Amino acid sequence: MAASSERSPPPFPDSEEPELLEDSDEEADAFTGTSISEMDSPSPDSTRPPKDIFNEPPEDIFSDPLSNINSEPQKKVDAKIPSPSSDEAVDLFSDPLDDDSEVMSSPEVQNPMPDLLNEPVEAPKSDSSSKSSSVKKAASAEMFGDDDDEEDLFKEPPKVVTKKPQPSGPPVDVFTEVKSDVKVKPQVKDDPTDLFAEEALTAPAPKPSSGSSSSRTNGVHSEEQDLFSEATVELSLDSPCNDRKNKEAVKPSVSAPAAPVASSSSKAPSKSLEELEEEESEDKFDLNISITNPEKVGDGMNAYMAYKVSTQTSLTMFRSKTFTVRRRFSDFLGLFEKLSEKHSQNGYLIPPPPEKSILGMTKVKVGKEDPSSAEFVERRRAALERYLQRVVSHPSLLQDPDVREFLEKEELPRAVSTQALSGAGFLKMLNKATDAVSKMTIKMNEQDVWFDEKIQDVENEEQHLRKLHVMVESLVNHRKELSGNTAVFAKSVAMLGSSEDNTALSRALSQLAEVEDRIEQLHQEQASNDFFTFSELLADYIRLLGAVRGCFDQRMKAWQRWQDAENMLQKKREAEAKLLWANKPDKLQQAKDEITEWEAKVTQYEREFERISATVRKEVIRFDKEKARDFNRQVIKYLESLLHSQQQLIKYWDAFLPEAKAIV
Amino acid sequence: MTSISEDSDKEKVRSVSVDLNNDASLVIDIPDALCERDKVKFTVHTKTTLSSFQKPEFSVPRQHEEFIWLHDTIVETEEYAGLIIPPAPPKPDFEGPREKMHKLGEGESSMTKEEYAKMKQELEAEYLAVFKKTVQVHEVFLQRLSSHPIFRKDRNFQIFLEYDQDLSVRRKNAKEMFGGFFKNMVKSADEVLISGVKEVDEFFEQEKTFLLDYSSKIKDASAKAEKMTRSHKNVADDYNHISGALNSTAADNNTAFKKTISVCVLQKLEDRVASDQELKLTELLRYYTRDIQAAKDLLYRRARALADNENSNKALDKARLKGKDIAQAEENQKQCLQKFDKLSESGKKELTSFKARRVVAFRKNLIEMTELEIKHAKNSVSLLQGSIEILNSN
Repeated sequence: MAASSERSPPPFPDSEEPELLEDSDEEADAFTGTSISEMDSPSPDSTRPPKDIFNEPPEDIFSDPLSNINSEPQKKVDAKIPSPSSDEAVDLFSDPLDDDSEVMSSPEVQNPMPDLLNEPVEAPKSDSSSKSSSVKKAASAEMFGDDDDEEDLFKEPPKVVTKKPQPSGPPVDVFTEVKSDVKVKPQVKDDPTDLFAEEALTAPAPKPSSGSSSSRTNGVHSEEQDLFSEATVELSLDSPCNDRKNKEAVKPSVSAPAAPVASSSSKAPSKSLEELEEEESEDKFDLNISITNPEKVGDGMNAYMAYKVSTQTSLTMFRSKTFTVRRRFSDFLGLFEKLSEKHSQNGYLIPPPPEKSILGMTKVKVGKEDPSSAEFVERRRAALERYLQRVVSHPSLLQDPDVREFLEKEELPRAVSTQALSGAGFLKMLNKATDAVSKMTIKMNEQDVWFDEKIQDVENEEQHLRKLHVMVESLVNHRKELSGNTAVFAKSVAMLGSSEDNTALSRALSQLAEVEDRIEQLHQEQASNDFFTFSELLADYIRLLGAVRGCFDQRMKAWQRWQDAENMLQKKREAEAKLLWANKPDKLQQAKDEITEWEAKVTQYEREFERISATVRKEVIRFDKEKARDFNRQVIKYLESLLHSQQQLIKYWDAFLPEAKAIV
Repeated sequence: MTSISEDSDKEKVRSVSVDLNNDASLVIDIPDALCERDKVKFTVHTKTTLSSFQKPEFSVPRQHEEFIWLHDTIVETEEYAGLIIPPAPPKPDFEGPREKMHKLGEGESSMTKEEYAKMKQELEAEYLAVFKKTVQVHEVFLQRLSSHPIFRKDRNFQIFLEYDQDLSVRRKNAKEMFGGFFKNMVKSADEVLISGVKEVDEFFEQEKTFLLDYSSKIKDASAKAEKMTRSHKNVADDYNHISGALNSTAADNNTAFKKTISVCVLQKLEDRVASDQELKLTELLRYYTRDIQAAKDLLYRRARALADNENSNKALDKARLKGKDIAQAEENQKQCLQKFDKLSESGKKELTSFKARRVVAFRKNLIEMTELEIKHAKNSVSLLQGSIEILNSN
């Protein structure tokens, strides 16, 4: 499919900005090429004739931006002109081109594009800037002439026009993929509404506002659906590069995920830097996962903790907006196993789950209501939550059917393999492999300085974090100790106060005891804050850095494969030369075959290596970004908790001061 | 209280125990001290208008042992039995920081330069704090003596202040040490014996029970406070280490620029929090231990005074019981009674003043401590707010 054509330019990942423009064109082409034909076949809306009008022209728009577009709006305009009956929208509609410029602004028709684009788009949809930007991009990239103006004026319809072709393609491609299914739906809804809108012409005006306002909140209306479909498109766009790579990477080896990925990439023609940000916000808004209600199931050593995994999403790839499932710890590990099996060889950074703790769990199993086991459960709950959130915030992992299943499906097959392989065990294995590989590949002369530095950085960072983590742990312990000692001191002061014969002083002392008691509480809270916001963050990132190293190792392995193949090829060639020299024509053919075979392999492996390098690079960049954000957020949270306790402290002491002064 | 010292710390300390001294006729302070090896030489500076001194102002070098000698001679003076004798200052103890310093030197190779520098700085600060504390304790001892209407006239005290040569006191030898130990044993056994004796004066009875009770409680509180402070210090140390680690992390992290910034801010903050806490807590600890020490020692003096009283009473009873040498016994009894009365009287006075002093000291310390706590908490609040703002704007 489009895969091969896109794979050809390997420099993509390196240059993201230029990419977005060419990319969009190119992909659009590719996409039209593939999808047009397919589109016709299912023609979900064949019942509606106007649909075809829409479907086709957009296609043309993409394939032949300028000429067809111009004609297309005409068509649309024609269709619209008869119907106008009300409102500004009508005005806008009725005078498609000339009025556009008049209505919108003074700029002449020659150069209205950029200005108009910016103004109208931004003005009406203040909160959906991401969308507008992408629209802009797509539009401007493809040099939509006047069509753009129109687009902006109508806000919605034109977007539908531009977007529709995209959604329309994928559903055909892949029925297995939820997203594409999703797109079919909105599309189906869109089209009629758009048509209606355009024909009735009453709708457009109010719609934009509602649509824009609720674009993020999972709209139900048709217009929202537009936005929404757009949003989802973007979502899939978010990762076009990854997807593409994924597709490229997966395709040769894995067949199952290839199709959906391919489809998603094919419908993801434009990619921009902003999309990275969009992606971030998108993730935050569209998918909220929380883990609650840890519950002990069963008795004795067979007992386990089940967690309620609730998902709240507006993503249409899920069947409903909110759903909950119950999962146990090994299910989480199982998910990780599945994901890493599928994706890690492609250089993806699979967020590692928390480690299995036999000791902690045994305590939970045996002990009834032990505070330490409660803490353990809470700690694990929080860790699992963060783990899942990391998984779904990864654009390509989110696409994985296993992830979806994990979130949605009522019953999961019991993950057996994880029984023996705990997270820690797996990491250990990984580390061992790491060592072995690194020893093996010391000879790997790194051509890419970026990787060289990055690997070094990651290693250093891991070391630092480990150190830091140890220190924070000791801080937590010391603070707990402090809290205990404060409590003891408070008691002792209370005793002292009771035996003090000066009434005022005695009163002050018992007040002091109370203050100390409260401070003890404060210390306790702070200790748990230390732990949950700071220490766990570090622990998470130590694990994640391990995973990052795993990515680097995958890359090294790919390189090794390539080099081995190269060596093999060399050998085969030598063998051929020998045969030639020895003049053994009977074996010569076989040798030649082998050479071509190995040549193919070398190119394949080389390509794979390049791909994996690009993926790893992208993943690491993503990781760094995420890390900075995460740290920033967590550190702020932590500081706020510190701030809070200090403020409480002030309050307590302030209250005590008059008591101390009252001593006579 | 009039003092020429500008050191705020000293001011505070002085105010702790010398509230009763409000005449300028005899002012003592230790403006300087020299630490050489395990000996500490204090410069004792005296300013006086009393005619019993030859000059109005002079200073002499004194060692810790000389302070002990002074204390011992006062304790041994019979006349002062009914008085609360200020507790002798504890022996200067620099072993802790010194040992740490040594360890630091050994571990130098295993840590980074920054860490080493930081540790060294920390240790130096600690050392300084200990040193300062030592000087203060000695100073307070002298001030307590000088503020007391009877002790200030003590001959030995005046010699101690005035005689600018070495007093050539020697350290207690083993025998004496043992003797002291034995005496203590006898004393405590004595106390137990005495405790069965019925107290004639209700005031003393009350005081006795109160002081016993109070002593154990305050001892307990002191130990707990010390523990708390220690763990607080640990937390502060952790902060220090964390900030160090954060620093190095930040330094190594050229990519996550954002993080670096945040981390740096955090580091700065933690640093401050740490020093704040340390300051505050050592201060707190110092106050408490001093107060407690004074109270405790006062209690012992008191208990001993009481014991002496009891002893004399007992002796009198015995003499009466025996029925012979009545004249002598009567003489003795009269003497004892006189002594006892005198002791009781001065003891009563001392106790009342002790009580007042204690309350005042507590009040002062509590207020100061509270204010310090508030001040530090406020500091950290503003610091935290600042860093949160910086982070948020990031």
